[in-house]
Amino acid sequence: MYRIRFHGRGGQGMKTAGRILGTAFFLSGFEVQDAPRYGAERRGAPIFAYVRAAKSAINERGVIRRPDLVIVADDTLVTIPAAGVLSGATEHTVLLIRSAETPEVWKERLNFPGLVLTLPAAEGEDVLELRYIGATCTGAAAHLVRVIPRESLAQAIRDELGHLGEDVVAKDLDQALEAYDLMADSSGCVTEGKDPPADAYEKPSWIDVPFEEADVSAPVIHAPATSEQVPTGLWRTMRPVIDYDRCKRCAWICSTLCPDSTISINEAGYPEIDYQHCKGCLICMSSCPSHAIRALPEQEAAAAAAGGTPS
Amino acid sequence: MTRTLMTGNAAAAWGARLAQVEYLPAFPITPQTEIIETIAKWIDTGDMDCRMVTMDSEHSMITAAGAAAATGVRVFSATSSQGLLYAMEMLYTVAGWRAPLVLMNVSRGLSAPLTLESDHNDIMAARDSGFLQIHCATCQEVLDSVLLAYRLAEDSRVRLPVIVNLDGFYLSFTREPVAIPDADTVHRFIGPFEPGTISFRASTPVSQAVAVLGGTPYSYFRFEVHLASLNGLAAYDEIAREFTEAFGRNHDAVEAYHTDDADLVFVMVGSFATKAREAVDRLRQAGWKVGLVRPRLLRPFPEARLRELLTGKRGAAVIDQNLSMGKGGVLHTELASALYGRPGAPVLVSFIGGLGGRDIALEELFEMAKVTRQAADEGQAPAPRLLFTADELREVRKLQAIAQVERQRLKD
Repeated sequence: MYRIRFHGRGGQGMKTAGRILGTAFFLSGFEVQDAPRYGAERRGAPIFAYVRAAKSAINERGVIRRPDLVIVADDTLVTIPAAGVLSGATEHTVLLIRSAETPEVWKERLNFPGLVLTLPAAEGEDVLELRYIGATCTGAAAHLVRVIPRESLAQAIRDELGHLGEDVVAKDLDQALEAYDLMADSSGCVTEGKDPPADAYEKPSWIDVPFEEADVSAPVIHAPATSEQVPTGLWRTMRPVIDYDRCKRCAWICSTLCPDSTISINEAGYPEIDYQHCKGCLICMSSCPSHAIRALPEQEAAAAAAGGTPS
Repeated sequence: MTRTLMTGNAAAAWGARLAQVEYLPAFPITPQTEIIETIAKWIDTGDMDCRMVTMDSEHSMITAAGAAAATGVRVFSATSSQGLLYAMEMLYTVAGWRAPLVLMNVSRGLSAPLTLESDHNDIMAARDSGFLQIHCATCQEVLDSVLLAYRLAEDSRVRLPVIVNLDGFYLSFTREPVAIPDADTVHRFIGPFEPGTISFRASTPVSQAVAVLGGTPYSYFRFEVHLASLNGLAAYDEIAREFTEAFGRNHDAVEAYHTDDADLVFVMVGSFATKAREAVDRLRQAGWKVGLVRPRLLRPFPEARLRELLTGKRGAAVIDQNLSMGKGGVLHTELASALYGRPGAPVLVSFIGGLGGRDIALEELFEMAKVTRQAADEGQAPAPRLLFTADELREVRKLQAIAQVERQRLKD
């Protein structure tokens, strides 16, 4: 069985990527199971999707523990432990990471046990192009497993994205097939993993859960305003930036409309954005009457704010 | 037959579409909402001729569903978790009305603490309501079960509402190949709803089951619901046989996988049972005589069939994805009552696992088989076990350490 995991952020099309790859496998004669996994928060938050494909009925379910291929659409996810990008990786696992850096850099940086490949990412990417990341990743994955013909990939894209119109399909096809061709040298490097046999498996470390006083065992958060501790700003892919020359100080508008209450008003009456918690929804930008807020790709903005050039 | 990749939610919507449901009261809740969204789109495009009404709560939704069913139209609805519990008062009431309808429940653990992921405590809470229950293990079963459920609900021997249960995430958002049955064959299998005397009309007012009754008539009416539910066993078998003839797929009241020569069996409901199927295959490769027993029908409880399948086995690992506080696993309790005092009954070993979507690993199924074999050898079951590892406890300890620091800070 092939077991493949896609990691990205909500809004980057990982669910669709999983579906395109699932359909491509299905069209190539495989039994398939694909599913996205996410929590309560969506856009910008780490999510993953997984695909299983086999020549016989698939009975395995749930999160993939021993992936054959891990695809990371957004290399900033690697630093977020909760994203679980490297979970279950072994020397059998191939890691495909979309990044401006080289496979060697990632291999060393992550001390990754298996093969590392990269899909080139442009520096300071245009957010409008981000929607095609899913197609790009899928195209590459299809060639890495080798069992998906180019035509099945193309048909899968037409099947899954047809409802979005011909232009979208054409653009996704371009991106996916380009990535497919780019992986020609690595074709077939991802193979079906072996499963632990029933007579030699790792025994689960079950324990008896002890009784503990309700004082300890009731689910209580013993501190006020703990959501401040979660840097939801890490989920942001686009950063709203206020141009104070244009700002007319009608700050009640942006500060009221911000769904995360991340815009406060300073002593001079100007709005200030709390980038630790701004998720980059850009409602402030679209509601600013004087067009004083613009959006910058996060990596570029962060580098500029740090006084350097984009990395 | 052509198969299409679709989620369990989409499969549920396809079931409703093929069953030509006429009325759909709706209220959103994760992970169910996609069922309603899919149907709403079809109503928009004219692919379904159905009246959809958005309600202010699940309580109103089930009230509307029961009231509409009492007029003799075919009713469908869907909910999950807290929603099912919010509707609980009306579940009992609508079943008491003897109003046939089909309700999807997309299983999700209950608060508190809150979770989005699956376990069966929500559906088990509805166990005694009078709604019949069909539990699905695959997306194909979801679609097929909706069709079976309408036949069952509308059968004159039964005439009770039916819940079809699918697990959140593991089925609701998971795509699998599903064969969409041919519409004409479905219409021959189900046909239009023949309401007979079910014909509540504003023009001919009647009061449906609202009188305050003493114990005698009350006992009669409630026991009639019980008898109707029990009739569901024979009715289901008949309907499932017809289904197999029409569509070629087998949905027995109890799935029996490699049970004939098995010494040991897993017993469980829902989608995690396919994991057990996988474990059975692997254990058999390693020389074990293991099988899987999976009730699809939980209400009525297919007691006779379960006795037949389990008698003569040495041990059964009963895996409950639910927890009755202060007692244990519901399925374990029910099996024990079904087998009590029967000669040849297996040793029942109780496992609680998969709460709030917590995965059950293949290795854990292997280990459960091993523990059950040992219990069978010793003739005595160990204490019920929660599937929970030392690593998981460490994870909890980290959270507790944070809580401790916060609590201290609050005091300072």
